[in-house]
Amino acid sequence: MYDLSCADVTKSFGNFTAVRNVSLDIPSGSFFSILGPSGCGKTTLMRMIAGFETPTSGDIRIKGDSVLTLPPNKRNVKMVFQHLALFPMMTVGENIAYGLRCRGESKSDIGPKVARVLDRVGLPGSEDKQIDQLSGGQKQRIAIARCMVLEPDVLLLDEPLGALDLKLREHMKIELKQLQHQFETTFLYITHDQSEALVMSDNVAVMNAGRFEQIGSPKALYDDPSSGFVAGFVGDSNVLSGTLTEVRGDEAQVMLDGGGLILGRVCDASKAGDKVEVFLRPESLRLGAGAEGTMMAGKVESLLFNGASSRVLIRVDDQLIEVADPEQSSSLVKGADAQVRWSADRARIFARRSA
Amino acid sequence: MSRDASRLSLILLFAPFVLWIGLLIILPQVGIGYTSLREKISWNEYSFGLKNYVDFLGEPVYRNTLLRTAWMSILVTALALVMGFPIAYYIAKIARERSRAALFLMCLIPLWVSDLVRAYGWIVLLRETGVISTALVKWGIINQPIEMLYNDMTVIIGLVYTVILFMIVPLVSTLQGMDDALLEAGYNLGGSRLTVLRRIIIPYAMPGIVSGCIITFMLTAGSYLTPILLGGKNSSWFTEQIYNQFITRYNWESGSAFGVALLVFTSFVVWAGLRLTGQSLATTVAKD
Repeated sequence: MYDLSCADVTKSFGNFTAVRNVSLDIPSGSFFSILGPSGCGKTTLMRMIAGFETPTSGDIRIKGDSVLTLPPNKRNVKMVFQHLALFPMMTVGENIAYGLRCRGESKSDIGPKVARVLDRVGLPGSEDKQIDQLSGGQKQRIAIARCMVLEPDVLLLDEPLGALDLKLREHMKIELKQLQHQFETTFLYITHDQSEALVMSDNVAVMNAGRFEQIGSPKALYDDPSSGFVAGFVGDSNVLSGTLTEVRGDEAQVMLDGGGLILGRVCDASKAGDKVEVFLRPESLRLGAGAEGTMMAGKVESLLFNGASSRVLIRVDDQLIEVADPEQSSSLVKGADAQVRWSADRARIFARRSA
Repeated sequence: MSRDASRLSLILLFAPFVLWIGLLIILPQVGIGYTSLREKISWNEYSFGLKNYVDFLGEPVYRNTLLRTAWMSILVTALALVMGFPIAYYIAKIARERSRAALFLMCLIPLWVSDLVRAYGWIVLLRETGVISTALVKWGIINQPIEMLYNDMTVIIGLVYTVILFMIVPLVSTLQGMDDALLEAGYNLGGSRLTVLRRIIIPYAMPGIVSGCIITFMLTAGSYLTPILLGGKNSSWFTEQIYNQFITRYNWESGSAFGVALLVFTSFVVWAGLRLTGQSLATTVAKD
C-alpha cells in the first residue's frame, strides 16, 4: 500500500492550469522529491495534499483513503513550511506541544513526548528556548520535530532549505536524509534545486508546466532522462542545437547550427530532418586525441578550478563546451588547441524544446 | 567639526519634541499638581495640604462619577476591541491589496469631521423627532416617537464610534506583519479555527491589542463632547465634573485635584489591566 497517492490531480485557477493530470504513488517510508523550476505547480500540488487548495479534478489518497473532503486540520499530513512558520510568541517546547494539545492529549503525556522528539532531532533540553535564540539549522530541526511529534503518515517539506546559506544547506541535506531514516516516515520534498533532490531522494518526479515529465530514481533521471527538459534540468549538460540528418539504428548524425557534424543517440521520437538538441554531460567528454567516437576541435577558453568538479571551457566555433577535468589533472593551458571527444551513445538527442 | 554638526542636528531634531513635552505636557501637569495642593483659606491666602483630595474622596458623587466613567470607558474599550478586531483582520489579511487602502480610507473619513459635528450627527439620528424615530413611526413599527438620546447606551455607542479607529489602526499594522504561513501551520498541525484564533492570531496581535486598548481607554475616559452631547445633563462623565469645578464654580484647586485624580486613576486602570492579562509594556507596545 502507498502512504500517499495522487490520481489524475488537476488544479485550474480561472484559465490557468497550475497542475495537470498528475499521478504519483509514494511507497511507505520513502523519500520522494518533486523537482521543478519555480512556477511549475509543485507548491500548488503540495498545498492540495495538505488541504489548503481543493483539486479541480482527481483524487488524493492517504494510506488508501481519499482525503478530499477532509479539512487541513483533520489530515494526518504535516508540513514544514518554506520559512518554517515557527510560532514566534511560543517557546520551542510550546511550538512542539501545540499539535499535541490540539489533539487533546494530557499534559502528563505531552512533556515526555516533547522531550523525546527534541532528543531525536539532537536538541535535548531546549524546551524553554525562544525561537529567535535558535540558529537557522536549529529552527529547521524544531520545525521538523514539531511535525514529527504528531507521527504523520506523510511529512511535506516545501523548499525548507532555501533560506539557509550554502554551507548549512549542504549539511542539512545529509541531516534531513538521516532524520528521514530515523523516523521511518514518508517524506515528500519539493525543491527547485536538483542537487537537493538527487542527494536525498529515493525517487524524484521532475515537474514542468504543471505536468510530471519523468518519475524515477535519481540515477535513472541522470543517466536516462526521458525528455530534453529532464536532460537539461537534472545535472549539468552542454546543449548543442542542430538538425538531425540521418538515423542509423542507435546512432544518429546531427548537423550543428554552428556548422560541423557530430554523432549521438536519439532518445525520443525525432526523425531525420527534425530540429534537435544534443545533450553532453561534462564528465562524459574526454580531452585530447584518441580513437573513440566523435570529436570536435576547439581552443581552451579558460580553466575553472573547483577541486573534484573542476572544468575546462573549450570554445568550438561560437559555442562554449564544459569538460570535466577533476583536480585540473590535464596539462592544458589557456589558448591551446584542444579536441573534445565522446562516444556516440553518451550524446543524447532530443527534439528541440519550444522555449 | 562633523561631531559638532551632528550634535547640533541632534539638538535641532529634539528641540521641538522637548519643547512640546516640556511646555505642553509636563509644565501644565506640574501646574495642575501644584494648584491641587493649595488650600484656599481666605481671599488670596493659601496654605498647602491635601484638603482638596480629602474633599474629593469624602463626596460619594465625585467618587462614583469617576468609577462610573472608568467602567464605561472599559466597556467602550472592550466593545471597540470586539468590533474592531474583525474589521482590522479583514483589512490586514482578507482584503486584496487594492481594496485595502480604500477600506482604510473609509475608516479614516469620519475623522475628517470634527467631534462636535459627529456628535450632532448622532443627535439628528437619535432624538425624539430625529430620523430613526420618525422613520419607525412612519413604517408603523412603533406607535409614538421615542427619545433615544440621553441614556448610557447612546453614550457608549457614540464613544465606540469615535474611538474605534484608534483600535483598528494599531491592530491592522500588527496583523499585517503576520505571515499567512503561521495560520496555515496552525491548521496543518491540527488546530481548529478557534484554536488558531486563540493560540496564534490573538497572541501575535497582542502588541496591537494592548496599544489599541490603552489609546481607546485613555481617549474615552478623557472625552468630553460626546458624553455631554449624547448623554445630556445626567451623563455623569467625570470630565464634566472637572469642567464644573473650573468653569462653573471657579474652584481651580478642586478642579486640579479632580484632574490629578482622573490621571492617576486611569493610569492605575491601565496598569491593573496589564497585570490582569499578564502583559507588560516591554513585551507588547515597546516590542520591535
